[in-house]
This record gives sequence, structure tokens and C-alpha cells, in this order.
Amino acid sequence: MCAGSLALAILSLVVAYPAALGICTLVHGLARGLSARFLLALVHFMTSIPTVVYGFVSVFLLVPRLREWFAVGSGFSLLAAVLTLSLLILPTITLVLHSRMEQLDPTLRLAAEAMGFTPVQQVRCVLLPAAARGLTAAAVLGFGRAVGDTLVSLMLAGNAAQFPHSLFASIRTLTAHIGLVLATDSQSMAYQSVFAAGLLLFLLTGAVSLLIRKSGGKNRGL
Amino acid sequence: MQKTLDRLLTCLAWLSGGGTLLAVSLLLVFLASHGMPGIDAALFFGDTPWLDALLARKPIFGGIWPALVGTFSLVFLASVFSIPLGIASGIYLAEYASDHRHSLLDFMVDLLSGTPSIVMGLFGFTAILALRKTFLPGARTGLLLAGLCIGLLVLPYVIRTTESALEGIPDHLRLLGPSLGLTRWQNINKVLLPLAGRGILSGAILAVGRAAEDTAVILLTGVVAHAGIPGSLADKFEALPFRIYYLAAEHRSPQELEQGFATALVLLLLTGLLFLAAVLLQRSVERRWKTR
Repeated sequence: MCAGSLALAILSLVVAYPAALGICTLVHGLARGLSARFLLALVHFMTSIPTVVYGFVSVFLLVPRLREWFAVGSGFSLLAAVLTLSLLILPTITLVLHSRMEQLDPTLRLAAEAMGFTPVQQVRCVLLPAAARGLTAAAVLGFGRAVGDTLVSLMLAGNAAQFPHSLFASIRTLTAHIGLVLATDSQSMAYQSVFAAGLLLFLLTGAVSLLIRKSGGKNRGL
Repeated sequence: MQKTLDRLLTCLAWLSGGGTLLAVSLLLVFLASHGMPGIDAALFFGDTPWLDALLARKPIFGGIWPALVGTFSLVFLASVFSIPLGIASGIYLAEYASDHRHSLLDFMVDLLSGTPSIVMGLFGFTAILALRKTFLPGARTGLLLAGLCIGLLVLPYVIRTTESALEGIPDHLRLLGPSLGLTRWQNINKVLLPLAGRGILSGAILAVGRAAEDTAVILLTGVVAHAGIPGSLADKFEALPFRIYYLAAEHRSPQELEQGFATALVLLLLTGLLFLAAVLLQRSVERRWKTR
């Protein structure tokens, strides 16, 4: 289950992080003005979509497609959870990155512009390196969100307690384990493991908060 | 090499922007097209006439009204608990705390806001177990416990927005009160709080939205699929997000599935409206500081 949680969180980060980077490049370099503002508003709006709605739509939109296209298993798999979860953590990462890039000294960008950098070069060579701390903070915060999420993995990952050997395997995360075991209210060995899982999760997210603090940023709970 | 990198980044940027737009619009269109037809009086009240249902004269079978009432009572309880406490903590952090205490409390708030909601639910569950073993053998999970746990979950949002709303007040306004001989508390109460009011309110609205959508906490603290309208604070209850989750996993007929879509749409509209209200308030705050 630990492996399941880690695999899901890391893979989601691998999908969502470049996308967040791309969106910030768009907003700060390529698409200024109205379209940039629209994109930002969209990302802000994404934070307000309930997790359970993401999960529900994926169950009926994404899972049947995966089942058709890959013809492996039931479609409730690591892949389905990764795709949905990356959509869920995308706004968190993007907004942290964006706010860091916005706090940069505006003269930095003017200097780059004056030296004849194209917008993409400005972002790649000047803004991103200057916001390097924001880059780590965003990644760590996104990881924390991904590890802590319950509903997406509970609804989409299949919940078989096994080692995630492929993208199409059914996995169970620590968070889903807590929900599943307590919902059935058993008195077996599994019941004790719930508290271990809870402690592990708490320590993990505590470590995330500590890391963000060390990197000089604040977790604004976006 | 440099050129290729630039081109790669440009591609990535447009791809991710377009991909995100596509994913979100797919989600919205899919939900709207499947959920729209299901939104009518029967969705909320089942077969019961709506007047009887509203006055709680007859029980409701099959409608989402009890879930709606459950969610609203949860949000209410969570707000009663978290908003006053959160605003007070925010004031303390922004105005009173010494540097040392500030950094300590700041870390505590970070820790709280980073805690996964399921862990918060587990905390509530364990608290009930502990109560049972000690001095309250009849304790069980229910509305009050769920409200408290959700309140704890959204507390950091209220604290953070209160703190940043107070810290965002320009210095000349901040110094105005003391220069006229107001005490510290008079200054906060009569000058700073009214100025920061809208910012604080938008934070509270965001917290309410978060409280309405959370599922993992209530999963462990007393939500059930069929409970009717809760009669007391200790009762089990229904809630919108849990109903959506439940219908996704165990729908038995196409009607129930349609109800699931409609319920998801209702919840999305609810949180969307709250989000819009928060954004508009935030905007008006920003405009106010810019014009002066």
C-alpha cells in the first residue's frame, strides 16, 4: 500500500508538474493579456471543483475508455487514478509557481526584454531560474496533496492490496485503505493497520510542511 | 540546442494549456449533458409532495433533500466552530504574536492545512473510541463530530485569509488609529477589522466551499447512505458528496445513475457559486486599495 501511495503520487506529479510549468510559461511569456487571464481564471476555477465530482466523472468518462482502448482488466487502475489525480493537483502546483513568478522583481523581466530575449527565452533563462525555490516548493506541495487525497484513489484505483507492477494494475493507497477498512468496521488485523497508515500519512505530510518551510516558502493552502 | 529547448518549452506550454482547457471543458460538458435532464423536483424530494417534504411532515424516499439538509447542517456546524476561532487566531497572528510565537504557530497552521482529510476523519473516529472507553460509553459518530472535524479541516483557510487580509492593509491606515490615541484593541476593532472585512469574508466563503465538498472526513465520522433528515446533533446523516460517491459505486438502475449525475451537477453548482462569490469579494477588496 505504501508502494501504491508513492507510485500514484509520484506518477501524478510526473504528469501534472510539466503541465503546470507549461501553463506558467504560457501565462508569463507566450500568451499575455486576455487569454492569459482566462487561463488563470480557469485554473482558479479548477480548485473549486469538488474532488468527488472529478472522481464521479472519471468513473463514467475515463474508465470505460481505458477499458476499451487497452483491453486490460476493468479499467479501474493506477492509470485512471493517475490521470484524474494529476488534474486535481494541477491547480495547486500552478498557482504556487505562478505566485512565486509574480513576486519576482519586475526589473528582471525588463532587463531580459531589453537584451532581446524572446518571451520563451525570458521564461526559460531568467524567470524560472530566479523562481527556483518556488519550483521545489510547488513540487513538494503537489506531492503532499497527491499523497493525502482519498476520494480519487478510492473511486478509481481498484483497491486491490497488491504491489503496483504495471500501469493497469489495481492498487490500494494508504488513504483508501483507512476509508475501506473503517467503513466495513472490522475487528481483524486490518483494523490495527489503519492507525499505522494514519500515522504514516501524518508524518509524511508533516515532513512535506517542514520541507516547504525549509525552502523558504509558505503553504498557503491553495 | 538552445533553439530546440525553446521550441520544446513552447510546445509543452501550448500543449498543457490546451490539454487543461480540454480536460475541464470535457468534464463540464459531460456532467452538464448527463445531469441537466435529471434536475427537477423529483430529484430533490422523490415522490413526496414538496410542501410536505419541506415541512418534514412525510419522510422522503429516493430524493436528495435529506442529503442537501445534511450538507447544510454540516457546513453550518463547521462554520460556527471554525470561523470565530479562525478569525481570532488570524488577528492574534497578524497583530499580537511575537516573532518567536509567530513562527511556531505558523508552522502549526501549516501542519494542520497539510493534514490529509482522511487523517482528520481518523482523528475524529479515534476520539469517539477514546470517549467510549472513558466517560461516555454511549458516544457514537454523528453530525456534531463530523461538523467539528470538518471545522478543524477548514480552520487553516480562515486563519490564513484573516492574517493576510490584516497584513495587506496599507501602513498609513494602520498608523491612523494609534496616532489619534486609540488603544491597540480599539484600533483593531474599529479600524483594521472593518477594513479587512471583505477579505476575511471571502476566506470564510472559501472555507464553506471546502466544508461542503469534503467526503473523506465524513466517511469516517458518521455519514450513511439512508438516514433521512437528522433529528439531533448525535444522529447519523446524509451528505451530497457522500451520496455521489455512493451512487458511483453502487447504482442499481439507470434512474439512480441519472440521479448521481444530477447530484454531482448540483454540488458543482453550489461550490461554483461560493467560489464566484469569494472571487468577486476579493476583487472588490483589491480595487479598493488600488483607487486610494
